[in-house]
Amino acid sequence: MSRLAASRPRDWIRAVLVLATLALLALQDVAGWLVVYPDAWVLPITPWLNAFMVWCVDTVGPGFRAFSATVDVPMTAVRELLNWLPWSVVLAVLTFVAWAAAGWRLALFTGFAVLYMLIIGYWTESMNSLALVAISVPTAVGVGFGLGALAFLSGRAERVIAPGLDLMQTVPAFAYLLPILLLFGFGPVVGLIASVLYAFPPMVRNTRLGLARVSSEVIEAGLMAGATPSQLFWRVRTPSALRQILLGVNQTTMAAFSMVIIASIIGGTADIGWEVLLTMRKAQFGESLLAGIVIALMAMVMDRLTAAAATAEPKDPGGDRGLFARHRNAFIAVGLGLAVGLLAELIPFLKAYPEAWEIYPAQYLNDAVTWLVVEHAGTINLIKSWAFFFVMLPVKTGLAQTITPFTWGFEFTPGLKAGYVALALALVLYMAVRRGVGRASSIAFLAILLFFGLTRLPWPALLAMATLLGWQLGGLRLALGTAAALGFLIVAGVWPQAMLSVYLCGLAVLLSFALGVGLGLLASEYDAVSAALRPINDTLQTMPLFVILIPFVMIFKIGEFTALLAIMAYAVVPAIRYAEHALRNVPAQVVEAATCFGCTRRQLLWRVKLPLAMPVIMLGLNQTIMFGIAMLVIAALVGTNGLGQQVYIGLGDGDFGVGIVAGLGMAFIAMIADRMTQGVSRTWQERLGPTPRQ
Amino acid sequence: MQTRSDESAPAKLACRHLWKVYRGEAAPYFEREVSAGDAGALARRMRADGAIPAVADVTFDVHVGEIFVIMGLSGSGKSTVVRCLSRLVEPSHGEVRLDREDLLGKSDRELIDIRRHKMGMVFQSFGLLPHLNVFDNIAFPLSLQGLPAPERNERVSRVIQLVGLEGREASFPRQLSGGQQQRVGIARSLAAEPELWFLDEPFSALDPLIRRQMQDEFLHIQNTLKKSIVFITHDFLEALRIADRMMIMRDGMVVQVGTPADLILSPADDYVAEFTEDVPMVRVLKASDVLDSSRTVQPEMPQRDADTTVEDLLPVLSTHREGIAMMRDGVSLGVVTAASVISALAHDRHQHRHRQQRRAPEPPRS
Repeated sequence: MSRLAASRPRDWIRAVLVLATLALLALQDVAGWLVVYPDAWVLPITPWLNAFMVWCVDTVGPGFRAFSATVDVPMTAVRELLNWLPWSVVLAVLTFVAWAAAGWRLALFTGFAVLYMLIIGYWTESMNSLALVAISVPTAVGVGFGLGALAFLSGRAERVIAPGLDLMQTVPAFAYLLPILLLFGFGPVVGLIASVLYAFPPMVRNTRLGLARVSSEVIEAGLMAGATPSQLFWRVRTPSALRQILLGVNQTTMAAFSMVIIASIIGGTADIGWEVLLTMRKAQFGESLLAGIVIALMAMVMDRLTAAAATAEPKDPGGDRGLFARHRNAFIAVGLGLAVGLLAELIPFLKAYPEAWEIYPAQYLNDAVTWLVVEHAGTINLIKSWAFFFVMLPVKTGLAQTITPFTWGFEFTPGLKAGYVALALALVLYMAVRRGVGRASSIAFLAILLFFGLTRLPWPALLAMATLLGWQLGGLRLALGTAAALGFLIVAGVWPQAMLSVYLCGLAVLLSFALGVGLGLLASEYDAVSAALRPINDTLQTMPLFVILIPFVMIFKIGEFTALLAIMAYAVVPAIRYAEHALRNVPAQVVEAATCFGCTRRQLLWRVKLPLAMPVIMLGLNQTIMFGIAMLVIAALVGTNGLGQQVYIGLGDGDFGVGIVAGLGMAFIAMIADRMTQGVSRTWQERLGPTPRQ
Repeated sequence: MQTRSDESAPAKLACRHLWKVYRGEAAPYFEREVSAGDAGALARRMRADGAIPAVADVTFDVHVGEIFVIMGLSGSGKSTVVRCLSRLVEPSHGEVRLDREDLLGKSDRELIDIRRHKMGMVFQSFGLLPHLNVFDNIAFPLSLQGLPAPERNERVSRVIQLVGLEGREASFPRQLSGGQQQRVGIARSLAAEPELWFLDEPFSALDPLIRRQMQDEFLHIQNTLKKSIVFITHDFLEALRIADRMMIMRDGMVVQVGTPADLILSPADDYVAEFTEDVPMVRVLKASDVLDSSRTVQPEMPQRDADTTVEDLLPVLSTHREGIAMMRDGVSLGVVTAASVISALAHDRHQHRHRQQRRAPEPPRS
């Protein structure tokens, strides 16, 4: 009984909360407002926001639209240039650039990618997307570098920029679109601005990090060489930080491209993202897969190209290093382009690819998918319904509703219910004795949750539980923040949608985290597993979120299960990566010491490596949640009912209030999850003390 | 604590009552004039207030053409001192004069000019620019000045030859060994032909054998260039090997300034004596340190230079019991005999034992 006696006050608070939850549930017939927040109490936040937006658009809108028209000029120019260029010129120049940056393998791959766009017949769409990227990446890189340098140089600027970045990181991509849409009007410019806004933060972060990490001796060497402040910055600090800065360019490019694709949902761009969306909505999966492959190829080429630039070793140009020698590759690229362009004037098919030569195997793909789906209908449906009835529904609406003869094959009789309660009580009692009141209360809460379902739990109970958790993991500030953020969701009237999002995303995160840590663990122990997983992870991570949906929709059709799988496919990557990294980087001396004590491999893993790796693995959970929430919005495209769907409704109807409330709601949930998991990671880290250097 | 040596030579760099206080406002401490005796008490008061006096009341001169070594363990403030001298770190209080001009009063623009033309510095971890090859790294200070290419190339080639890096011009720092990287660092610091040369633990990151070789080459370079040098090290033997004069620091304060022989023969306190304990005396002591001035030079005595080490004198002494005549610039200074050598060494050992007996509880650090 000593554990029971040793329980801390906050454990007792938890126990009280659990009992209060039960009491609320018992009272739900008498006072329904205790369980479901009444509509009448909802504050008219949405209309207020709409009114504010109308005012905004009226007062500053013209300015923004004028800006939008200005930006449209260079963008149209680039788009027309790319479309005017003969395909053979684009092919030759891009292939040459790839060769110069990363060698013949990437050149071959780039050539293949360009030819694929051409042969499949998506040339114009691809060039339109490329034009957007060609403008948004340099802009985002410029803005990001400027802000990063500013944050580095001025402490005051940093105090503004750093929290701003944190906020932007947790706000899902779609939330940007809405205000931009209203302020700038429809059209490609919205995509451009959204993609710049979405893509510049990694550049800021990497620039600042890179500049700050230049060794003090290099700086001192520059000072002693008599560098003026501007020489020191441009000729010492920036080049020394170049590698980190180029890493930022890589991340920014990928983010910009991803957003360019997502932004096509607004329409009016006639680009490749729009093509995917259009065909997916028409359930033409063959077509959307073919277009999706274009996106995937473009993403991979951009990633490899920018990554190669970041890791390239500086080469000595040699010779007298005149103008030509220093820019040799640029001259060759231009020369090559001109030569091929001239050739294209002579040979017509090099200029305009004949339509007759296009190969469009969408029909075969559709047939193949149909065949697959029909042939394996039984298996597919079994997987789907099994996951739905036994995993998803119990969490969503609770066992009490889920167990019916139709779903589980038997009735949830009062006797069985009593059995469930008895089992739960026994477990709770056991935990109370062995592990204290805190753990027991958690188990009791889980049992209640599983019985009634997340969406049917009383809002005051969930609010109180989350606040308590916030207090435990991050102190008073996090508790207050949690209460305020969830309070907003409640009074804004989006609590039910929020719970649907939390349910879907939470389930996906739990499953992908478990799966990911398992895979990461295997990868850390077996090099073969690691080598096999790496390219898959790389591909999943560079893929714009859109594309990940396609194969799942093809097989499982539209629905929550598909959304779950898509979120998992994307969110599993950081879980794997962090787990493997953490386990592989346990200090070697500790491992050696443990081996000397006679640890078996299993003991070494479970009793030495895992505990030491825990802080980093928890950071992986943090990233898993962030990835999950990012994908949640995209997954709303294929039929979910949470906040993601609300964002689309807002976008579709131009209803700013609805969209922004939902977007904010997701941002709040993301922020709470972010701070809580970081709190957990920090607690683990503090328990372990500072990492031994090695 | 000034010493006798080279008092006549003009001071290239003069450092007077230099303080550097971290954490906390330093100015209030210096409102009243600090007399030399108070420095220790003042430093203690700062520490009690939570401030950190990294450099406390440091005073010394560096003469023209001299190698002045600052020796101390980590945290003794030696690196901060050298950074105050180049104003990489702004001193809190005190005076630094370069060629009799007040260095601390210089504007940023003037300071850049001084660093471009008068100072060179070598760093412990080399501080090379990773994106430039050997040639461009060495040319970097010159290209910052905007020196025309032909003159720049000529000067760079000259220092590349000086440090023996011919043929490696196109290599990048990461392709070089530690020793070679430091050659680049040395060449870069010399490219602008500075008069004052700072070396901050230049050989500490190198393997012992390479270190020794680099010390020899450094002395060789100095023999031809005759720069005024401030050399930082934590290695007492390295300091003895290369110093004309040296200064020992502890907890930001100067413990002793003098020639290597001064320090060994009359250490100022137990702390210095502890360093000297394991020093092979015969290698450090020079003939001029063990003279018997009461004897007169006889014509049949062999003659040796006064800077010869005792170690090199021993074989000569074994065959010439009557003694060796010590010469400097053609003038005889005195005679070294076996007895004078033994008495110098014995005197030293006696002092050590005496000190060890006295040194009961270890004095508290900081």
